Amino acid sequence: MGAGHAHPLHLDHDSLVHRLPPQVKIAAVLLYTIIVVVTPRDEFLAFAGYALLIVVVTAIARVPAGWLAKRATIELPFVLLAVALPFAGHGERVTWLGMSLSVDGLYGAWNIFAKGTLGVLASLLLAATTTARDLLLGLDRLRCPRVFTQIATFMLRYMDILAEDARRMRVARLSRGYDPRFLWQVKAFAVSVGALFLRAFERGERVYLAMLSRGYTGRLPAAEGGGATTAQWATSAALPIAAACIGVAAVLR
Amino acid sequence: MNPSLDLRGVHYDYPDGSTALRGVDLTVAAGERVALLGPNGAGKTTLVLHLNGILHGGAGQVTVGGLDVDPADRARLMEIRRRVGIVFQDPDDQLFMPTVAEDVAFGPANLGLRGDELAQRVDEALAAVKMSEFRGQTPHHLSFGQRRRVAVATVLAMRPEILVLDEPSSNLDPASRRELSEILRTLPVTLLMVTHDLPYALELCPRAVILDAGRIVADGATIDVLADEDLLRGHRLELPYGFDPRLAATQLGI
Repeated sequence: MGAGHAHPLHLDHDSLVHRLPPQVKIAAVLLYTIIVVVTPRDEFLAFAGYALLIVVVTAIARVPAGWLAKRATIELPFVLLAVALPFAGHGERVTWLGMSLSVDGLYGAWNIFAKGTLGVLASLLLAATTTARDLLLGLDRLRCPRVFTQIATFMLRYMDILAEDARRMRVARLSRGYDPRFLWQVKAFAVSVGALFLRAFERGERVYLAMLSRGYTGRLPAAEGGGATTAQWATSAALPIAAACIGVAAVLR
Repeated sequence: MNPSLDLRGVHYDYPDGSTALRGVDLTVAAGERVALLGPNGAGKTTLVLHLNGILHGGAGQVTVGGLDVDPADRARLMEIRRRVGIVFQDPDDQLFMPTVAEDVAFGPANLGLRGDELAQRVDEALAAVKMSEFRGQTPHHLSFGQRRRVAVATVLAMRPEILVLDEPSSNLDPASRRELSEILRTLPVTLLMVTHDLPYALELCPRAVILDAGRIVADGATIDVLADEDLLRGHRLELPYGFDPRLAATQLGI
Protein backbone atom coordinates (compact mmCIF):
# COMPACT_ATOMS: atom_id res chain seq x y z
CA MET A 1 0.00 0.00 0.00
CA GLY A 2 2.30 2.70 1.20
CA ALA A 3 -0.07 5.47 0.17
CA GLY A 4 -0.95 8.01 2.82
CA HIS A 5 -3.81 6.65 4.83
CA ALA A 6 -5.33 10.01 5.60
CA HIS A 7 -6.56 12.38 2.98
CA PRO A 8 -4.30 15.46 2.77
CA LEU A 9 -7.26 17.82 3.15
CA HIS A 10 -8.69 16.13 6.22
CA LEU A 11 -7.47 16.91 9.72
CA ASP A 12 -8.17 13.88 11.85
CA HIS A 13 -9.07 14.91 15.35
CA ASP A 14 -12.15 15.65 17.41
CA SER A 15 -13.91 18.98 17.86
CA LEU A 16 -17.40 20.42 17.99
CA VAL A 17 -17.25 21.08 14.25
CA HIS A 18 -15.89 17.60 13.49
CA ARG A 19 -18.82 16.03 15.34
CA LEU A 20 -21.53 17.85 13.36
CA PRO A 21 -23.28 15.67 10.74
CA PRO A 22 -21.91 16.34 7.25
CA GLN A 23 -25.18 17.52 5.70
CA VAL A 24 -25.54 20.46 8.11
CA LYS A 25 -21.96 21.52 7.50
CA ILE A 26 -22.35 21.37 3.72
CA ALA A 27 -25.53 23.44 3.91
CA ALA A 28 -23.85 25.99 6.20
CA VAL A 29 -20.78 26.39 3.99
CA LEU A 30 -22.90 26.67 0.86
CA LEU A 31 -25.13 29.37 2.36
CA TYR A 32 -22.13 31.22 3.79
CA THR A 33 -20.41 31.22 0.39
CA ILE A 34 -23.55 32.49 -1.36
CA ILE A 35 -23.88 35.34 1.15
CA VAL A 36 -20.20 36.25 0.63
CA VAL A 37 -20.58 36.20 -3.14
CA VAL A 38 -23.72 38.39 -3.26
CA THR A 39 -22.21 41.03 -0.95
CA PRO A 40 -21.39 44.24 -2.92
CA ARG A 41 -17.62 44.45 -3.43
CA ASP A 42 -17.15 47.83 -1.75
CA GLU A 43 -18.62 46.74 1.65
CA PHE A 44 -15.16 46.30 3.13
CA LEU A 45 -16.39 46.03 6.72
CA ALA A 46 -18.67 43.12 5.81
CA PHE A 47 -15.72 41.19 4.38
CA ALA A 48 -13.77 41.83 7.58
CA GLY A 49 -16.73 40.39 9.48
CA TYR A 50 -16.85 37.33 7.24
CA ALA A 51 -13.13 36.77 7.77
CA LEU A 52 -13.66 37.03 11.52
CA LEU A 53 -16.32 34.29 11.29
CA ILE A 54 -13.80 32.03 9.52
CA VAL A 55 -11.28 32.72 12.30
CA VAL A 56 -13.86 31.80 14.95
CA VAL A 57 -14.81 28.52 13.20
CA THR A 58 -11.12 27.69 12.69
CA ALA A 59 -10.54 28.15 16.41
CA ILE A 60 -13.54 26.02 17.40
CA ALA A 61 -12.47 23.27 14.97
CA ARG A 62 -8.91 23.53 16.32
CA VAL A 63 -7.45 23.75 12.82
CA PRO A 64 -3.93 25.26 12.88
CA ALA A 65 -3.80 28.54 10.92
CA GLY A 66 -0.58 27.52 9.13
CA TRP A 67 -2.08 24.21 8.05
CA LEU A 68 -5.03 26.08 6.57
CA ALA A 69 -2.88 28.77 4.94
CA LYS A 70 -0.69 26.18 3.21
CA ARG A 71 -3.69 24.50 1.63
CA ALA A 72 -5.27 27.82 0.69
CA THR A 73 -2.42 28.34 -1.82
CA ILE A 74 -4.58 26.38 -4.28
CA GLU A 75 -6.22 29.77 -4.83
CA LEU A 76 -3.03 31.38 -6.17
CA PRO A 77 -3.58 30.82 -9.91
CA PHE A 78 -6.93 32.64 -9.65
CA VAL A 79 -5.40 35.47 -7.66
CA LEU A 80 -2.73 35.90 -10.37
CA LEU A 81 -5.53 36.61 -12.81
CA ALA A 82 -6.89 39.21 -10.41
CA VAL A 83 -3.49 40.96 -10.24
CA ALA A 84 -3.73 41.75 -13.96
CA LEU A 85 -7.08 43.51 -13.63
CA PRO A 86 -5.89 46.90 -12.23
CA PHE A 87 -3.44 47.24 -15.14
CA ALA A 88 -5.85 46.19 -17.83
CA GLY A 89 -9.01 47.88 -16.51
CA HIS A 90 -10.68 50.88 -18.16
CA GLY A 91 -12.14 54.09 -16.78
CA GLU A 92 -10.86 56.34 -14.00
CA ARG A 93 -7.21 55.75 -13.09
CA VAL A 94 -5.07 56.49 -10.05
CA THR A 95 -1.30 56.66 -9.84
CA TRP A 96 0.42 54.60 -7.19
CA LEU A 97 4.21 54.09 -6.95
CA GLY A 98 4.48 55.49 -10.44
CA MET A 99 2.04 52.92 -11.87
CA SER A 100 -1.22 53.96 -13.45
CA LEU A 101 -3.96 51.70 -12.10
CA SER A 102 -7.62 51.46 -13.03
CA VAL A 103 -9.93 52.10 -10.08
CA ASP A 104 -12.52 49.75 -11.48
CA GLY A 105 -9.81 47.12 -11.98
CA LEU A 106 -8.67 47.53 -8.38
CA TYR A 107 -12.19 46.91 -7.17
CA GLY A 108 -12.46 43.92 -9.49
CA ALA A 109 -9.21 42.44 -8.19
CA TRP A 110 -10.30 42.96 -4.61
CA ASN A 111 -13.64 41.36 -5.40
CA ILE A 112 -12.02 38.20 -6.77
CA PHE A 113 -9.40 38.07 -4.05
CA ALA A 114 -11.73 38.62 -1.07
CA LYS A 115 -14.59 36.40 -2.19
CA GLY A 116 -12.27 33.71 -3.53
CA THR A 117 -10.22 33.55 -0.35
CA LEU A 118 -13.26 33.40 1.93
CA GLY A 119 -14.85 30.68 -0.24
CA VAL A 120 -11.66 28.64 -0.36
CA LEU A 121 -11.12 28.94 3.40
CA ALA A 122 -14.72 27.89 4.12
CA SER A 123 -14.40 24.87 1.81
CA LEU A 124 -11.05 23.93 3.34
CA LEU A 125 -12.58 24.06 6.80
CA LEU A 126 -15.39 21.79 5.62
CA ALA A 127 -12.86 19.34 4.17
CA ALA A 128 -10.67 19.53 7.27
CA THR A 129 -13.54 18.61 9.57
CA THR A 130 -15.34 16.09 7.35
CA THR A 131 -13.95 12.94 5.71
CA ALA A 132 -14.51 12.51 1.98
CA ARG A 133 -16.76 9.59 2.77
CA ASP A 134 -18.91 11.69 5.10
CA LEU A 135 -19.11 14.49 2.54
CA LEU A 136 -20.68 12.04 0.09
CA LEU A 137 -23.08 10.77 2.75
CA GLY A 138 -24.00 14.36 3.50
CA LEU A 139 -24.65 15.16 -0.17
CA ASP A 140 -26.78 12.03 -0.37
CA ARG A 141 -28.86 13.11 2.64
CA LEU A 142 -29.27 16.56 1.08
CA ARG A 143 -31.00 14.74 -1.82
CA CYS A 144 -28.15 15.25 -4.25
CA PRO A 145 -28.96 13.00 -7.28
CA ARG A 146 -27.90 9.44 -6.50
CA VAL A 147 -26.02 9.03 -9.75
CA PHE A 148 -23.53 11.75 -8.76
CA THR A 149 -22.94 10.46 -5.24
CA GLN A 150 -22.59 6.90 -6.54
CA ILE A 151 -20.02 7.87 -9.16
CA ALA A 152 -18.11 9.84 -6.53
CA THR A 153 -18.30 6.89 -4.11
CA PHE A 154 -16.75 4.59 -6.70
CA MET A 155 -14.13 7.19 -7.52
CA LEU A 156 -13.23 7.49 -3.85
CA ARG A 157 -12.77 3.74 -3.57
CA TYR A 158 -10.91 3.13 -6.82
CA MET A 159 -8.83 6.30 -7.10
CA ASP A 160 -6.22 4.90 -4.71
CA ILE A 161 -6.13 1.57 -6.54
CA LEU A 162 -5.72 3.29 -9.88
CA ALA A 163 -2.95 5.51 -8.51
CA GLU A 164 -1.25 2.39 -7.17
CA ASP A 165 -1.53 0.73 -10.59
CA ALA A 166 -0.03 3.80 -12.23
CA ARG A 167 2.80 3.90 -9.71
CA ARG A 168 3.65 0.22 -10.25
CA MET A 169 3.64 0.71 -14.02
CA ARG A 170 5.96 3.68 -13.62
CA VAL A 171 8.35 1.74 -11.41
CA ALA A 172 8.33 -1.09 -13.96
CA ARG A 173 9.13 1.39 -16.76
CA LEU A 174 11.95 3.00 -14.80
CA SER A 175 13.31 -0.45 -13.92
CA ARG A 176 13.79 -1.14 -17.60
CA GLY A 177 15.83 1.98 -18.11
CA TYR A 178 13.09 4.31 -19.28
CA ASP A 179 14.09 7.88 -18.54
CA PRO A 180 12.42 10.25 -21.00
CA ARG A 181 14.31 13.49 -21.57
CA PHE A 182 12.81 14.67 -24.82
CA LEU A 183 9.29 14.98 -26.08
CA TRP A 184 9.70 12.22 -28.69
CA GLN A 185 10.58 9.78 -25.95
CA VAL A 186 7.25 10.00 -24.17
CA LYS A 187 5.71 7.29 -26.33
CA ALA A 188 6.07 4.65 -23.60
CA PHE A 189 4.37 6.99 -21.15
CA ALA A 190 1.50 7.63 -23.53
CA VAL A 191 1.12 3.91 -24.18
CA SER A 192 1.00 3.17 -20.47
CA VAL A 193 -1.71 5.78 -19.96
CA GLY A 194 -3.68 3.81 -22.54
CA ALA A 195 -2.89 0.56 -20.74
CA LEU A 196 -4.01 2.10 -17.48
CA PHE A 197 -7.30 3.10 -19.07
CA LEU A 198 -7.82 -0.45 -20.33
CA ARG A 199 -7.03 -1.87 -16.90
CA ALA A 200 -9.49 0.51 -15.27
CA PHE A 201 -12.10 -0.38 -17.87
CA GLU A 202 -11.64 -4.11 -17.35
CA ARG A 203 -11.70 -3.68 -13.60
CA GLY A 204 -14.97 -1.81 -13.96
CA GLU A 205 -16.39 -4.81 -15.76
CA ARG A 206 -15.16 -7.24 -13.10
CA VAL A 207 -16.52 -5.06 -10.31
CA TYR A 208 -19.87 -4.98 -12.07
CA LEU A 209 -19.92 -8.78 -12.41
CA ALA A 210 -19.08 -9.15 -8.71
CA MET A 211 -21.88 -6.72 -7.85
CA LEU A 212 -24.36 -8.64 -10.03
CA SER A 213 -23.35 -11.83 -8.23
CA ARG A 214 -24.43 -10.25 -4.98
CA GLY A 215 -27.85 -9.37 -6.30
CA TYR A 216 -27.22 -5.83 -7.62
CA THR A 217 -30.27 -4.61 -9.55
CA GLY A 218 -29.14 -1.11 -10.46
CA ARG A 219 -29.66 0.62 -7.11
CA LEU A 220 -27.18 0.87 -4.29
CA PRO A 221 -28.76 0.37 -0.88
CA ALA A 222 -29.40 3.68 0.84
CA ALA A 223 -27.23 4.51 3.82
CA GLU A 224 -29.32 4.28 6.94
CA GLY A 225 -29.68 6.63 9.88
CA GLY A 226 -27.52 9.70 10.28
CA GLY A 227 -30.33 12.25 10.47
CA ALA A 228 -29.27 15.53 12.05
CA THR A 229 -31.01 16.88 15.15
CA THR A 230 -32.55 20.34 15.28
CA ALA A 231 -29.81 21.37 17.71
CA GLN A 232 -27.14 20.36 15.17
CA TRP A 233 -28.89 22.27 12.40
CA ALA A 234 -29.14 25.28 14.73
CA THR A 235 -25.44 25.05 15.67
CA SER A 236 -24.22 25.10 12.10
CA ALA A 237 -26.86 27.64 11.03
CA ALA A 238 -24.99 30.08 13.29
CA LEU A 239 -22.36 30.58 10.55
CA PRO A 240 -24.63 31.61 7.64
CA ILE A 241 -26.98 33.56 9.95
CA ALA A 242 -24.09 35.55 11.41
CA ALA A 243 -22.77 36.17 7.88
CA ALA A 244 -26.21 37.29 6.71
CA CYS A 245 -26.53 39.70 9.65
CA ILE A 246 -23.10 41.17 8.88
CA GLY A 247 -23.96 41.51 5.19
CA VAL A 248 -27.36 43.12 5.77
CA ALA A 249 -25.97 45.46 8.44
CA ALA A 250 -23.17 46.58 6.12
CA VAL A 251 -25.50 47.22 3.17
CA LEU A 252 -28.09 49.13 5.27
CA ARG A 253 -25.48 51.22 7.04
CA MET B 1 -32.41 -33.90 -0.56
CA ASN B 2 -31.56 -31.90 -3.66
CA PRO B 3 -27.89 -31.65 -4.54
CA SER B 4 -26.45 -28.15 -3.96
CA LEU B 5 -25.34 -27.99 -7.53
CA ASP B 6 -26.32 -29.97 -10.58
CA LEU B 7 -24.93 -29.24 -14.05
CA ARG B 8 -26.19 -31.15 -17.09
CA GLY B 9 -24.46 -30.79 -20.44
CA VAL B 10 -23.51 -27.15 -19.94
CA HIS B 11 -22.14 -25.76 -23.16
CA TYR B 12 -20.93 -22.24 -23.87
CA ASP B 13 -19.47 -20.36 -26.82
CA TYR B 14 -18.01 -16.90 -26.43
CA PRO B 15 -19.43 -14.18 -28.68
CA ASP B 16 -16.23 -14.34 -30.76
CA GLY B 17 -17.08 -17.97 -31.56
CA SER B 18 -14.47 -19.71 -29.42
CA THR B 19 -15.86 -22.56 -27.36
CA ALA B 20 -15.30 -22.41 -23.60
CA LEU B 21 -17.46 -25.26 -22.29
CA ARG B 22 -18.28 -28.41 -24.25
CA GLY B 23 -20.87 -30.20 -22.16
CA VAL B 24 -20.05 -30.10 -18.45
CA ASP B 25 -21.80 -32.56 -16.12
CA LEU B 26 -21.19 -32.10 -12.42
CA THR B 27 -23.17 -32.83 -9.27
CA VAL B 28 -22.15 -31.53 -5.87
CA ALA B 29 -24.05 -32.81 -2.83
CA ALA B 30 -25.03 -30.50 0.02
CA GLY B 31 -22.16 -29.92 2.44
CA GLU B 32 -19.53 -31.33 0.09
CA ARG B 33 -16.18 -29.58 -0.45
CA VAL B 34 -15.00 -29.95 -4.04
CA ALA B 35 -11.89 -28.64 -5.75
CA LEU B 36 -12.22 -27.64 -9.40
CA LEU B 37 -8.78 -28.04 -10.95
CA GLY B 38 -7.57 -27.26 -14.42
CA PRO B 39 -4.90 -25.40 -16.39
CA ASN B 40 -5.22 -21.77 -17.45
CA GLY B 41 -7.85 -21.36 -20.12
CA ALA B 42 -9.64 -24.60 -19.24
CA GLY B 43 -12.95 -22.75 -18.78
CA LYS B 44 -13.00 -22.69 -14.97
CA THR B 45 -14.01 -19.04 -14.58
CA THR B 46 -16.56 -19.37 -17.39
CA LEU B 47 -18.07 -22.32 -15.55
CA VAL B 48 -18.20 -20.35 -12.30
CA LEU B 49 -20.08 -17.49 -13.99
CA HIS B 50 -22.69 -20.02 -15.12
CA LEU B 51 -23.45 -21.09 -11.57
CA ASN B 52 -25.37 -17.89 -10.77
CA GLY B 53 -26.67 -17.13 -14.23
CA ILE B 54 -24.29 -14.32 -15.18
CA LEU B 55 -23.29 -16.27 -18.26
CA HIS B 56 -25.92 -18.35 -20.03
CA GLY B 57 -27.28 -18.95 -23.47
CA GLY B 58 -25.49 -22.18 -24.35
CA ALA B 59 -27.00 -25.66 -24.19
CA GLY B 60 -27.50 -27.53 -20.92
CA GLN B 61 -29.04 -26.82 -17.57
CA VAL B 62 -27.68 -25.54 -14.23
CA THR B 63 -29.68 -26.38 -11.11
CA VAL B 64 -28.90 -24.88 -7.70
CA GLY B 65 -30.51 -26.64 -4.75
CA GLY B 66 -33.37 -27.82 -6.95
CA LEU B 67 -33.92 -24.44 -8.66
CA ASP B 68 -33.22 -24.25 -12.39
CA VAL B 69 -31.17 -21.23 -13.43
CA ASP B 70 -33.44 -19.36 -15.82
CA PRO B 71 -32.08 -15.99 -16.94
CA ALA B 72 -35.57 -14.80 -17.94
CA ASP B 73 -36.97 -15.18 -14.40
CA ARG B 74 -35.51 -12.24 -12.47
CA ALA B 75 -36.98 -13.12 -9.08
CA ARG B 76 -35.59 -16.61 -9.29
CA LEU B 77 -32.24 -15.29 -10.49
CA MET B 78 -32.07 -13.18 -7.33
CA GLU B 79 -32.66 -16.29 -5.21
CA ILE B 80 -30.00 -18.18 -7.20
CA ARG B 81 -27.54 -15.34 -6.61
CA ARG B 82 -28.30 -15.51 -2.92
CA ARG B 83 -27.72 -19.26 -2.86
CA VAL B 84 -24.49 -19.18 -4.86
CA GLY B 85 -21.91 -16.95 -3.21
CA ILE B 86 -18.98 -16.26 -5.53
CA VAL B 87 -15.73 -14.94 -4.10
CA PHE B 88 -13.76 -13.50 -7.00
CA GLN B 89 -10.03 -13.76 -7.38
CA ASP B 90 -9.17 -10.10 -6.85
CA PRO B 91 -10.71 -8.78 -3.62
CA ASP B 92 -10.45 -5.23 -5.01
CA ASP B 93 -13.02 -6.21 -7.63
CA GLN B 94 -15.37 -7.39 -4.95
CA LEU B 95 -14.90 -4.71 -2.32
CA PHE B 96 -16.14 -1.45 -3.78
CA MET B 97 -17.86 0.30 -0.88
CA PRO B 98 -16.00 2.85 1.25
CA THR B 99 -15.99 0.72 4.41
CA VAL B 100 -15.79 -2.98 5.21
CA ALA B 101 -19.16 -3.07 7.00
CA GLU B 102 -20.95 -1.28 4.16
CA ASP B 103 -19.52 -3.69 1.66
CA VAL B 104 -20.61 -6.72 3.68
CA ALA B 105 -24.08 -5.15 3.94
CA PHE B 106 -24.35 -4.66 0.15
CA GLY B 107 -25.50 -8.22 -0.67
CA PRO B 108 -28.06 -8.67 2.13
CA ALA B 109 -29.38 -5.14 1.49
CA ASN B 110 -29.99 -6.15 -2.13
CA LEU B 111 -32.02 -9.04 -0.69
CA GLY B 112 -34.20 -6.47 1.04
CA LEU B 113 -32.83 -6.70 4.59
CA ARG B 114 -32.82 -3.47 6.63
CA GLY B 115 -32.09 -2.22 10.12
CA ASP B 116 -31.21 -4.64 12.92
CA GLU B 117 -31.53 -7.72 10.77
CA LEU B 118 -29.03 -6.29 8.29
CA ALA B 119 -26.64 -5.26 11.07
CA GLN B 120 -26.85 -8.74 12.55
CA ARG B 121 -25.99 -10.34 9.19
CA VAL B 122 -22.95 -8.08 8.88
CA ASP B 123 -21.76 -8.87 12.42
CA GLU B 124 -22.24 -12.57 11.89
CA ALA B 125 -20.37 -12.65 8.56
CA LEU B 126 -17.46 -10.55 9.83
CA ALA B 127 -17.20 -12.71 12.95
CA ALA B 128 -17.09 -15.85 10.80
CA VAL B 129 -13.95 -14.57 9.02
CA LYS B 130 -12.50 -13.01 12.20
CA MET B 131 -12.61 -9.48 10.81
CA SER B 132 -15.08 -7.87 13.23
CA GLU B 133 -12.65 -5.27 14.54
CA PHE B 134 -12.04 -3.92 11.01
CA ARG B 135 -15.66 -3.10 10.21
CA GLY B 136 -15.16 0.66 9.97
CA GLN B 137 -11.94 0.45 7.91
CA THR B 138 -11.48 1.30 4.26
CA PRO B 139 -10.75 -1.90 2.29
CA HIS B 140 -7.71 -0.18 0.76
CA HIS B 141 -6.07 -0.02 4.19
CA LEU B 142 -6.28 -3.76 4.83
CA SER B 143 -3.65 -6.35 3.92
CA PHE B 144 -4.35 -8.57 0.93
CA GLY B 145 -5.18 -11.56 3.16
CA GLN B 146 -7.58 -9.47 5.22
CA ARG B 147 -9.25 -8.16 2.07
CA ARG B 148 -9.74 -11.71 0.82
CA ARG B 149 -11.35 -12.66 4.15
CA VAL B 150 -13.67 -9.64 3.91
CA ALA B 151 -14.54 -10.73 0.36
CA VAL B 152 -15.57 -14.10 1.78
CA ALA B 153 -17.67 -12.29 4.41
CA THR B 154 -19.45 -10.24 1.74
CA VAL B 155 -20.99 -13.39 0.31
CA LEU B 156 -21.40 -15.20 3.65
CA ALA B 157 -23.67 -12.33 4.72
CA MET B 158 -26.13 -13.51 2.07
CA ARG B 159 -26.24 -16.94 3.79
CA PRO B 160 -25.39 -18.84 0.62
CA GLU B 161 -26.00 -22.53 0.19
CA ILE B 162 -22.84 -22.94 -1.83
CA LEU B 163 -19.67 -20.90 -1.61
CA VAL B 164 -17.65 -20.68 -4.82
CA LEU B 165 -14.07 -19.46 -4.46
CA ASP B 166 -11.96 -18.46 -7.46
CA GLU B 167 -8.30 -19.08 -6.60
CA PRO B 168 -8.72 -18.44 -2.87
CA SER B 169 -5.04 -18.95 -2.04
CA SER B 170 -3.55 -16.82 -4.83
CA ASN B 171 -1.24 -14.01 -3.67
CA LEU B 172 -1.57 -14.99 0.00
CA ASP B 173 1.43 -15.39 2.24
CA PRO B 174 1.65 -18.81 3.95
CA ALA B 175 0.16 -17.57 7.24
CA SER B 176 -2.82 -15.89 5.52
CA ARG B 177 -3.27 -19.01 3.41
CA ARG B 178 -3.46 -21.19 6.54
CA GLU B 179 -5.80 -18.75 8.33
CA LEU B 180 -8.14 -18.76 5.35
CA SER B 181 -8.21 -22.55 5.23
CA GLU B 182 -9.01 -22.70 8.95
CA ILE B 183 -11.92 -20.32 8.36
CA LEU B 184 -13.20 -22.12 5.25
CA ARG B 185 -13.13 -25.43 7.09
CA THR B 186 -15.51 -24.15 9.80
CA LEU B 187 -18.13 -22.75 7.42
CA PRO B 188 -21.33 -24.80 7.25
CA VAL B 189 -21.73 -24.49 3.48
CA THR B 190 -21.10 -26.47 0.33
CA LEU B 191 -17.77 -25.40 -1.08
CA LEU B 192 -16.57 -25.31 -4.68
CA MET B 193 -12.99 -24.12 -4.91
CA VAL B 194 -11.35 -23.24 -8.23
CA THR B 195 -7.60 -23.52 -7.80
CA HIS B 196 -4.15 -24.27 -9.18
CA ASP B 197 -2.92 -24.78 -5.64
CA LEU B 198 -3.03 -28.57 -5.51
CA PRO B 199 -1.79 -28.95 -1.90
CA TYR B 200 -4.51 -26.51 -0.84
CA ALA B 201 -7.11 -28.62 -2.66
CA LEU B 202 -5.87 -31.73 -0.86
CA GLU B 203 -5.99 -29.97 2.49
CA LEU B 204 -9.53 -28.61 2.14
CA CYS B 205 -11.45 -30.72 -0.33
CA PRO B 206 -12.06 -34.46 -0.08
CA ARG B 207 -13.19 -34.50 -3.73
CA ALA B 208 -11.57 -33.00 -6.83
CA VAL B 209 -12.63 -32.64 -10.45
CA ILE B 210 -10.39 -31.65 -13.36
CA LEU B 211 -11.78 -29.39 -16.08
CA ASP B 212 -9.79 -29.25 -19.28
CA ALA B 213 -10.73 -27.86 -22.70
CA GLY B 214 -14.30 -27.29 -21.49
CA ARG B 215 -14.95 -30.83 -20.24
CA ILE B 216 -14.77 -32.64 -16.90
CA VAL B 217 -11.96 -35.15 -17.47
CA ALA B 218 -11.53 -36.56 -13.96
CA ASP B 219 -13.68 -36.76 -10.85
CA GLY B 220 -12.68 -38.56 -7.68
CA ALA B 221 -11.14 -38.41 -4.25
CA THR B 222 -8.57 -35.59 -4.25
CA ILE B 223 -5.81 -37.90 -3.05
CA ASP B 224 -6.43 -40.32 -5.93
CA VAL B 225 -6.54 -37.51 -8.50
CA LEU B 226 -3.30 -35.96 -7.22
CA ALA B 227 -1.53 -39.32 -6.98
CA ASP B 228 -2.24 -40.07 -10.66
CA GLU B 229 0.87 -38.58 -12.26
CA ASP B 230 -0.12 -39.38 -15.83
CA LEU B 231 -3.52 -37.76 -15.37
CA LEU B 232 -1.99 -34.57 -13.99
CA ARG B 233 0.66 -34.39 -16.68
CA GLY B 234 -1.93 -34.94 -19.38
CA HIS B 235 -3.80 -31.82 -18.26
CA ARG B 236 -0.94 -29.43 -17.54
CA LEU B 237 -1.26 -29.77 -13.77
CA GLU B 238 1.83 -30.11 -11.61
CA LEU B 239 2.45 -30.67 -7.95
CA PRO B 240 4.98 -28.35 -6.30
CA TYR B 241 8.48 -29.78 -6.40
CA GLY B 242 9.03 -32.28 -3.60
CA PHE B 243 5.36 -32.51 -2.65
CA ASP B 244 4.22 -36.09 -2.06
CA PRO B 245 0.40 -36.20 -1.93
CA ARG B 246 0.32 -39.61 -0.19
CA LEU B 247 2.68 -38.50 2.55
CA ALA B 248 0.77 -35.23 2.95
CA ALA B 249 -2.52 -37.12 3.13
CA THR B 250 -1.16 -39.35 5.88
CA GLN B 251 0.06 -36.30 7.80
CA LEU B 252 -3.30 -34.58 7.35
CA GLY B 253 -5.02 -37.77 8.54
CA ILE B 254 -7.02 -38.24 5.32
